[in-house]
Amino acid sequence: MTIEPGESQGEEMETTTSKGSLSDISAARLQKQPGNSALGVGLEARGVHAWFGEKHALANVSLDFWPGTVTALIGPSGCGKSTFIRTLNRMHEFIPGAAMAGEVLLNGEDIYAPGVDVTKIRLKVGMVFQKPNPFPSMTIAENVLAGLKLAQLKVDNKGELLEECLERAGLWSEVKDRLNTHGGALSGGQQQRLCIARALAVRPQVLLMDEPCSALDPGSTLRIEETISQLSSSVTIVIVTHNMQQAARVSDYTAFFLSDGGPGQMIEVGSTNEMFSRPKDKRTENYVTGRFG
Amino acid sequence: MTQAPAEIPAKREITTKPRFSDRVFRAVVTSGGLSSLVILGLILLFLLFNGYSTLKSQGIHFLTSSNWQAVVNDAGQFDAKNSHFGIAAMLIGTMIVAVIAVFIGVPISVGAAIYLTFYAPAFVKKIMVSAIDLMAAFPSVLFGLWGFFVLESSGEYWAKLLNKYFSWIPIFKLPAPYVNRSPFIAGLVLAVMIIPIVTSISREIFSQTPLDRIQAAYALGGTRFAMLRAVAFPYARSGIVGGVMLGLGRAMGETVAVYTVLNIVYQVNWHILFSAGGNVASMILLKFGDASPQEIKALMAAGLVLFVMTLIVNSLANLIVARTGKSGR
Amino acid sequence: MSTQEILETPAPRKPWAQTPIDKAKTAAIFIASVLIAMGLVASTPLSGKLAFAAIFFVVYLLIDFVVSFLKAGRPAAVDSLFRGLVTTTIIIAVTPIVSILVTVWARGHKGLHWTLFTRDMHNNAFTDPVSQGGLLHAIIGTFLLVFFAMLISVPIGILTALYLTEVRGRFTRPIDFLVQAMSGVPSIVAGLFIYAAILVPLTKTVNGIQGSLALAILMIPTVARTSQEVLKLIPSDLREAGVALGGTQWRSVALVVVPAARSGLITAMILGVARVAGETAPILLLTGGSGTKNYNVFSGSLGSLPNYIWQGFNAGTPESITRAWAGILVLLAIVVILFTAARILGNRKVGKK
Repeated sequence: MTIEPGESQGEEMETTTSKGSLSDISAARLQKQPGNSALGVGLEARGVHAWFGEKHALANVSLDFWPGTVTALIGPSGCGKSTFIRTLNRMHEFIPGAAMAGEVLLNGEDIYAPGVDVTKIRLKVGMVFQKPNPFPSMTIAENVLAGLKLAQLKVDNKGELLEECLERAGLWSEVKDRLNTHGGALSGGQQQRLCIARALAVRPQVLLMDEPCSALDPGSTLRIEETISQLSSSVTIVIVTHNMQQAARVSDYTAFFLSDGGPGQMIEVGSTNEMFSRPKDKRTENYVTGRFG
Repeated sequence: MTQAPAEIPAKREITTKPRFSDRVFRAVVTSGGLSSLVILGLILLFLLFNGYSTLKSQGIHFLTSSNWQAVVNDAGQFDAKNSHFGIAAMLIGTMIVAVIAVFIGVPISVGAAIYLTFYAPAFVKKIMVSAIDLMAAFPSVLFGLWGFFVLESSGEYWAKLLNKYFSWIPIFKLPAPYVNRSPFIAGLVLAVMIIPIVTSISREIFSQTPLDRIQAAYALGGTRFAMLRAVAFPYARSGIVGGVMLGLGRAMGETVAVYTVLNIVYQVNWHILFSAGGNVASMILLKFGDASPQEIKALMAAGLVLFVMTLIVNSLANLIVARTGKSGR
Repeated sequence: MSTQEILETPAPRKPWAQTPIDKAKTAAIFIASVLIAMGLVASTPLSGKLAFAAIFFVVYLLIDFVVSFLKAGRPAAVDSLFRGLVTTTIIIAVTPIVSILVTVWARGHKGLHWTLFTRDMHNNAFTDPVSQGGLLHAIIGTFLLVFFAMLISVPIGILTALYLTEVRGRFTRPIDFLVQAMSGVPSIVAGLFIYAAILVPLTKTVNGIQGSLALAILMIPTVARTSQEVLKLIPSDLREAGVALGGTQWRSVALVVVPAARSGLITAMILGVARVAGETAPILLLTGGSGTKNYNVFSGSLGSLPNYIWQGFNAGTPESITRAWAGILVLLAIVVILFTAARILGNRKVGKK
């Protein structure tokens, strides 16, 4: 099964159009091994369920996210992958009628335990959304530092932090001369990288990305993917994507979600290379080879 | 084919000749639609026509002087030479009570709107919204009587406290120890009267705050207050200014409630706690009963000034509200 | 990672909801604030219900602030202070409504008696004992005033709304703007206008229809704006379906759009009536306030509820003021019934009959 060209541009095009491309792409990445790292113990989901009112949207997902790795969540729409990622930093509870079960452990402690300060959780587990959403009333610099203002954190050298975050998000060279202009004038891809910089400024341990490229053009998508690769050494990344090439290009591990009409479930998880070359489950194979979804 | 094929043909205009019944329908609906223009135009025209003689004879003094005397000579005739009509005191009084109303009513309304949009549980929200909308339908004579019989005593209590602790601020001074039926109390009643409209406009604007920005603020570890400050306030700011101005317009034009509560005295009184004041609308009602035809013309001129004032304030307000509704900010 | 084992679905939880301990804490802070406020009112010169309420709010906000600060730091404390503040404002905003309803009942029900609805005031003065006379003439008058105001304003209001939503000619924007501007016309100005345009040059005396005209001016914007909102909700495919079937626009509007919006348009009408039923200022200038039943709006002084209330209040004796409150009670009951009816109709889904 060939994958349609045109999803991406540039050098990657060559590899993506050839047969068996997904496993080739993923094999080309340097596989990171799980293990302890300086980044902390990591994020673990234990038997997570999610409901919207009466609707059981997600059933029994257990998944570990190793520090310093990129984990991609793939699956057809409606499979619960976005719901799952939102349970990881407690954004799920903003939907009226939402409920959940199970545990999410951050460095071994349940983020849903009574008495946990949810704002502190969201500082440690940052999030980037589908649509770029910079604050239009703030300048570029203010946007990057918005998290500090929101959480009332004190930082000694704001200028350094500003440069560092924009640098890490791959945006510094493009905006360094107009830090005090409003973010609305940036292109969609630049806005999304601005949002990444904003999320990095509060120094999260984990960065959740909910289809961060779905509203962007292919060129901007590639820039974001580069940014993700560079970030992965310093922050744990979980990315929801419906673009399997993207999962193959950027992630170390891949989890496949599927709903058979009932609640979404995690069918299979493994190293990205294995998931795309020799998936264990027939349904995963059907999905990654493009037979449905 | 003799013509070059690459030539782009001229655009054809798509025209539909409406059927006769549709043309009649459109004409009827359009004339109905234009009625608001006609009515506003007629109001302006008739008040101008009737008030013109006063405006001409008094000139700018109509707005700057506080002298209102309709003199009748010994023969029972209207004495135009010695009569003076100036509404400065009532214009200032209008602004004083309306500004007090906005000053007190707006923080309450905006706070209530924030509570209803971002804090209230669904069932509380439903009840409160119904109650506040119902209050918008209460007749002004009811607010007037309630103000006179109920709010008056609380108002006097607050007035005495303000005078006791803040009399170093000039407007809280009392020239004489009378705090009943003061502009302050009239302002309180008007504040209550503008709460429904300012609340409902603010609520509408707050509820349009883009969800993705709200989520972004929460995802950055913001508390609800931090989210409001970073996202909702900047978004809603200008719309709320518009809502405030609509409230101001309402407060400026209120007649019966002010007439009931306020001790109408024809003088400029900046001491808001002191028992004297008035506004243009209540002055018209007060003087209308036993006014001569000439004095009624002067009252028409006063009505014209009030009409133009409220029209300007309301139009500005609507422009601001409409602009906020459309733009993304 | 074994997915083979058959797992029972656990019960849904809401870990973010308040726990009983949280609720108990809130209750404790509440009770402590009440006690402290009572103590302060008893031991200091501050006195009265208002002082108590003010002290209570301040004390509650303070304790809540300190507790949150100790538990979760400054941002959480500021957040909880702000929550307390906006909760206070909604309480302040709703208090007048409760106070007004309670006052009207407490003062008005003393003046209620059955003959109130069968007699008028032609043999009685407002200062007579409350059991004498009645306000039948005022109810009839208000009904007539509002009815004729409706006859004038509802067609104009709905036509305006149709122009703004269906015809959308070149005046759409200015008219939309003017309708909004018109909703801010002070009622006394509407009264002055009719006085100048009709009473002075034509009739030279008071009568009912002049009042109806002034009320109509105040009612048109309400009817037009509410109808416009309702018509906007009619899905455009319904309109297109009408036109695509070969109907003219007129038929599509008359047979499809207006019937679909019917309950909404009735709501608009009722809200307009509720808006003007108690309007007093123009009535005082234009209609007179006869105490005798008058069924003719085109001639003679016409009593009405606002006028009855006004006369009762200005007569200034305990009897007359009780009459005024009874009048307000009747008027308020009418407004509340109309408002509730509008709510019930308005809550129905657009498009259903």
